[in-house]
Amino acid sequence: MLSHWRQYLAISPFFVVFGVFSFFPVFYSLYLAFQRWDGMGTMEFVGLQQFRFLWTDPVFWMSIRNTLVIWVLSTVPTLFGALVLATLLHSVRRFKGFYRIALYLPNVTSIVAVSIFFGAVFSNNFGLVNAILGTVGISPVPWLSNPWLIKLVIALLMTWMWTGYNMIIYLAGLQAIPTQIYEAAKLDGAGPVRTFFQITMPIMRPIILFTVIISTINGLQSFSEPQVLFGSNAANPNLGGPGQAGLTTLLYFYQSAFVNNDYGYGAAMVWAFFVLIMVLVVVNWRLVQRGRKS
Amino acid sequence: MTAAVTRRSRRPKGLTAHIVLVLAVLVSVFPFVWTIVMATNTTQDIYKSPPKLTFGSQLLENVRHVLDTIDFFGSMLNTLVVATVTTVLVLFVDSLAAFAFAKFDFPGRKVLFAMLVGFMMLPLQLAVLPQFILMSDLGWVGTLKALIPPALANAFGIFWLRQYIENGVPDELLDAARIDGAGFFRQYWNIVLPMIKPALSFLAIYAFVGAWNDYIWPLVVLTDPGHLTLQVALAQLHVGHTTDYSMVMAGVLMASVPLVVVFTIFARGFIAGATEGAVQGS
Repeated sequence: MLSHWRQYLAISPFFVVFGVFSFFPVFYSLYLAFQRWDGMGTMEFVGLQQFRFLWTDPVFWMSIRNTLVIWVLSTVPTLFGALVLATLLHSVRRFKGFYRIALYLPNVTSIVAVSIFFGAVFSNNFGLVNAILGTVGISPVPWLSNPWLIKLVIALLMTWMWTGYNMIIYLAGLQAIPTQIYEAAKLDGAGPVRTFFQITMPIMRPIILFTVIISTINGLQSFSEPQVLFGSNAANPNLGGPGQAGLTTLLYFYQSAFVNNDYGYGAAMVWAFFVLIMVLVVVNWRLVQRGRKS
Repeated sequence: MTAAVTRRSRRPKGLTAHIVLVLAVLVSVFPFVWTIVMATNTTQDIYKSPPKLTFGSQLLENVRHVLDTIDFFGSMLNTLVVATVTTVLVLFVDSLAAFAFAKFDFPGRKVLFAMLVGFMMLPLQLAVLPQFILMSDLGWVGTLKALIPPALANAFGIFWLRQYIENGVPDELLDAARIDGAGFFRQYWNIVLPMIKPALSFLAIYAFVGAWNDYIWPLVVLTDPGHLTLQVALAQLHVGHTTDYSMVMAGVLMASVPLVVVFTIFARGFIAGATEGAVQGS
């Protein structure tokens, strides 16, 4: 042990910082979930009461529904589009570097800037999208007040931001496939579509699994998009936009914990949500795995 | 004959790929262009029907409005300080730990590394509330100090650098240094650090962009309006019913320029690094 003190010293900054600022807080929030506390007075142990209230809270369930709808509406086109773009990009010879950079660019811009931009472009009365629809005689579409369209706009925003990121990951996978396999398939007379489904897809399955899991974890954590888009703050009762159609679970958590100072309830909510995410990760993992057997 | 047929059948296919890719590039770049269009016109021009689609001459006027509304340069300086300090510390902490994990066998190494990988899975939202309580106990709420420690626990960086050091730094070189009497920290400083520069520059951009764009945590912990980061200040431009969109977009533009410039300069190396990490990570 002692002869390795330098190695322990080298890894200790990370473990100390992680222990104090991440590991301990995660479990402290589990402890908080069983208390009633406003952050100021004394803590009161209430057992499962917070979770029982959560179970019957219609706003919580609405936020779950909103989050799931936005997640599906964004993840499916993101991953599909990324796969198509990666395949095309892999097939071309020229301008590869340019395409990669231009398509990845959305992912390094700030979510705040992007949300403000989408708010302006999809603005109900004068936004660019409605202006263009107006020139062909379509009356303005209430993008930011219809419950479904609100979700659609948020999902579009996330799709714009994350397609390039996933494309890069798929491209890395495609580049790792030996070209001999494709040449052999060509000799056997397989067309591009057949090659794609019988060679590319099976080899790419672990990478697709990886992106599905990452997208589940990231996509279910949408918060900033509706928060910025609808200027949600303490003074705004319509948190998450008209009809709270953009109220995601993390936004509701933010409201409960930091606006209403209901620490125990916030902690219970975020833990319940974490369990839900884990369940969905396992379900997705199973689905992609099962595809391999058939 | 066959060659001619192949060539003819191949060219349109490549062309279709280029057309689709160019369309995708247009979609991905359009928001940047349209941001400039909005920022250089007046809000009235933008929201006319039909809207003005070309660049205007109102940029300076809009920029002045931004500077009147929020402390733009102050919050930019705050962001710059936080992002720089975070990046430097992440590089140091992560590379040191990665070296120990990659090249030394010490009791508990496997368990500790497995723990670290497990940490990568923990969603940070679970920690936000207690982190806030901790910061308020320390008296750091409202100060920039509160932004740095949570960003330092970057398990991904260690995971990624460890792989790079394991494959990229030959054991013979370290053995030779050891024979010459170089200890652990000398080897780290004189051999490992110079050899992993590409990996460090990827991690630097990753950490810097992450810190620059962070929103939730600064929103929660920076309660003092005089001490905002750029993203929080930007979001404040947007509050209210009668938004002056040209002014807001000028702010968005000003806040995005530094990052887009940095990214396009380092993009090649960064994307190469991201690709490498993605393959190894999966």
